[in-house]
Amino acid sequence: MAIIDAVGQRAFVQAPRRGAVTRLLEDERWLAVALLVPTVVLLALFIAYPFIQGVLLAVTDTKVGVPGRFVGLRNFIALWDDSIFRTAVWNTFVYTAVATVFKLALGLWLALLLNRHFKGKAFTRAFILLPFIIPTVLSTFAWKWMFDPTFSVINWTLFQLGLIHGRINWLGDPDLALISVIIVNVWRGVPFFAISLLAGLQTINPELQEAAAIDGARPWQRFWHVTWPLLLPVTMVVVLFSVIQTFADFQLVYVLTGGGPANATQLFATYAYQIGVGTGLLSQGAAISLAMFPFLLIVVVVQLLYIRRVEVH
Amino acid sequence: MARVLIRSLNKFYDDVHAVKDVNLEIRDKEFVVLVGPSGCGKTTTLRMVAGLESISSGQVLIGETVVNELAPMDRDIAMVFQNYALYPHMSVYDNMAFGLKMRKVDRGDIRKRVYEAADILGIRDYLGRKPRQLSGGQRQRVALGRAIVRHPQVFLFDEPLSNLDAKLRVQMRVELKKLHNRLNTTAIYVTHDQVEAMTLGDRVVVMRGGLVQQVGEPLELYNTPVNRFVAGFIGSPAMNFASVQVTNGSAGLRAGNTGLAIDVPAEISSRLVPYAGRDVIMGVRPEDLEITNGSDPPGLCFEALVEVVERLGAEILLDLQVGEQTMVASVEPNVRAKRGDKLRFALRPERLHFFDTNSEAAI
Amino acid sequence: MIEGAKWRRWVYFYIPLGAFVFWLLFPFYWMLVTSVRPDRELYRPWMAPNYTPFWTDHPTLVHIMDLLTETLFARWMLNTLFIAIVSTLISLFCGIFAGYALSRLKFPFAGSLGTGIFITYLVPQTLLFIPLADIIRNFRLGDTPWALILTYPTFLIPFCTWLLMGYFKAIPRELEECARIDGATRWKAMVYIIIPIAIPGILSAGIFAFTLSWNEFIYALVFLSSAEQKTVSVGVTSELVRGDVFYWGQLMAGALLGSIPVAFIYSFFVEHYVAGLTGSVKG
Repeated sequence: MAIIDAVGQRAFVQAPRRGAVTRLLEDERWLAVALLVPTVVLLALFIAYPFIQGVLLAVTDTKVGVPGRFVGLRNFIALWDDSIFRTAVWNTFVYTAVATVFKLALGLWLALLLNRHFKGKAFTRAFILLPFIIPTVLSTFAWKWMFDPTFSVINWTLFQLGLIHGRINWLGDPDLALISVIIVNVWRGVPFFAISLLAGLQTINPELQEAAAIDGARPWQRFWHVTWPLLLPVTMVVVLFSVIQTFADFQLVYVLTGGGPANATQLFATYAYQIGVGTGLLSQGAAISLAMFPFLLIVVVVQLLYIRRVEVH
Repeated sequence: MARVLIRSLNKFYDDVHAVKDVNLEIRDKEFVVLVGPSGCGKTTTLRMVAGLESISSGQVLIGETVVNELAPMDRDIAMVFQNYALYPHMSVYDNMAFGLKMRKVDRGDIRKRVYEAADILGIRDYLGRKPRQLSGGQRQRVALGRAIVRHPQVFLFDEPLSNLDAKLRVQMRVELKKLHNRLNTTAIYVTHDQVEAMTLGDRVVVMRGGLVQQVGEPLELYNTPVNRFVAGFIGSPAMNFASVQVTNGSAGLRAGNTGLAIDVPAEISSRLVPYAGRDVIMGVRPEDLEITNGSDPPGLCFEALVEVVERLGAEILLDLQVGEQTMVASVEPNVRAKRGDKLRFALRPERLHFFDTNSEAAI
Repeated sequence: MIEGAKWRRWVYFYIPLGAFVFWLLFPFYWMLVTSVRPDRELYRPWMAPNYTPFWTDHPTLVHIMDLLTETLFARWMLNTLFIAIVSTLISLFCGIFAGYALSRLKFPFAGSLGTGIFITYLVPQTLLFIPLADIIRNFRLGDTPWALILTYPTFLIPFCTWLLMGYFKAIPRELEECARIDGATRWKAMVYIIIPIAIPGILSAGIFAFTLSWNEFIYALVFLSSAEQKTVSVGVTSELVRGDVFYWGQLMAGALLGSIPVAFIYSFFVEHYVAGLTGSVKG
């Protein structure tokens, strides 16, 4: 029998010689180093290094073409006194908070609707992600056109429905501009929330709902006591991502209003751009960008702690 | 010569001493089974032989070579995993050919060897299929085939039958035994199932808490267990244990408790003398309890109350109340007994075991 | 389905769902209609009596033609495509290796490194763009696609790594162990066994990365200056607005055409995209 013959032939275990690199990569630790080097280099070069440079910029008075001297925290103190900056801070918080609340509420509602079986479900699910897929700038232009005071189709519709009697200047009216921008942000974010929450909903065992129904719980109670707690972990992660993106948002406001009218929609990012790139005051622009960081850090840490707490439960 | 020598093997996971000073010699062509409850260190030992776990101290030799520092691929071994570990994205053929391809074996040779192994295992028709298209039993065969084609020095098995249903397990056990007879290769087999250990092993190693309890041929472990753990682990239903006190009676030593009192047979007496006045553990297997027909010496009989009758067809298991303890007896299928019956059982002197209460070693 | 009377179904389900779908998709419809609407209709104020918003009687391709012939739009599309593809490839390459290392290898500081990579994902581009512009200039990469190809991975890699870690973790350890016993080095086991099994995840990560690159704006805006180098988003914003005049027909045509590649790829890989999205959230 061939196999028995083959076994009988070999008398001892042979350890073949291997090249130095091969042997090195057999070691878990060296393999890990080799695999992680490209990533670490790229991230160090284009995130860590600029971050440090940003901090250095912010504590000098560099302008375009003019190297700066160390000025300590002067830029930051100046920002504190800058009313536009304070407006931008306020706007950013309002923008983030309001948009996130609506995205969560509407996204959840949509997710609950999509959680049922109906004809064309797969199709619908695929189509509603479009606002999230299509490049933000491009879809924002569509909204800008829809908001245009002279040509707005929204105005026309509202007028036809008898809800308004004059023109609404969605983007030019300082009282309305932030609301309009929030509307577009919510429009863009609802699909992300909806699809993520839908995935979360689908991991919840339907038997839990059924048991609750048998126990006599009404739909709202079932949702609040069974569905919502189980959905919390996914919800918190989605909210975390969304908050970071919204807080640092630039594209939407840049296209729709540029920060105006009268700084009504000025955010951290747009103000930093205006000062740093627009007027060439690099250090001050960097300071504005960096000012985002502590707020962002607090928001992130709070949410991570909340997530940790939810997961423990 | 493909023997495996394990010398003073130890494994530490941080503070946990998972394998404690294991010494084993697995002879060439021998089929050795490592058996024990989960956490006993059998799988860790196997994995150290395979090279999948680092060795904290001690040596593993395959043949004459110390393999401690060798990568798994250089040890000339093959392993069959509990979950088969078939590469899901490859066909059965490619699964079996993978190891040979890695070793740059010539294509024609690969085909020959794969077909050979496939024929032995009866999976020639599945060579083109993917693992997900196969049943559990078929996948197990492919896993075996993958190990066979390599013609290794040593086969390692990590609970390969645990995922199969009961009937299939019995079938595969027989096939494995036949396969081993045919291939005649050294094998180390890990299982928690003592039936597998008894039926497959040339020798069986019982482990517990990282320590080797006993090494020996299956019947040796059955007849002369060295401690209470091995006695209770081997054999099904498990051995009955009763805590008894050794006293000096009029005609020699007596051992008893609230439920039974017997004369200690002459051949065991000498060993129990040091224990006079103290408690020891007495052990007797269910199959060694017989309903007395009156001709047995009364000093070796006791009364029991039948609580549950389990009729298995080939035997009847009686769950008995003996004083304050429970015992199980395995009797012939024609015995008439029902719940509530009081029966008299006889013990055979040569089938009695005694164990020290503290060390649990056999007396 | 919702139990109960038919009207309940309509009120609680069909109408809300319909409203959502309409709201989410209308702007695209508007994009489409505007792109093919002739100028004289386009610039009709909404208060005018003959405002017909939802359709046009004289569809025209003139905006699209003008877009392709009079502007550098085609060039922008190619730029964006090139940048997106190369960035995605780089990010996948790094992400696969990093994801594998972090999820399947044991080495010191594994936890901190994983956390570190996660943290970089939380650093938004709008925080780094000013100092980064300087660095790009110093490396002499300004106004070239390489400025973006090398910086986009900074937000693509963490995402790809995180997503792929999930997929890698789900692959049983025994497969690799078996491969190593069979004769493969760790490297070969990774390349021949683990990575092929993770291909659905790699596809998801790749598509997601592609759409994220296509969507990036501020780096492209700040690092690129000459019109030929611009990406679609930047080009449309800066070149299609001359003076204070918005050429809406071309703008919308540009928006429409600029969305097509992404929508196209998305349509083929919807399941993978959704898997990528939900995989990153469920972590």
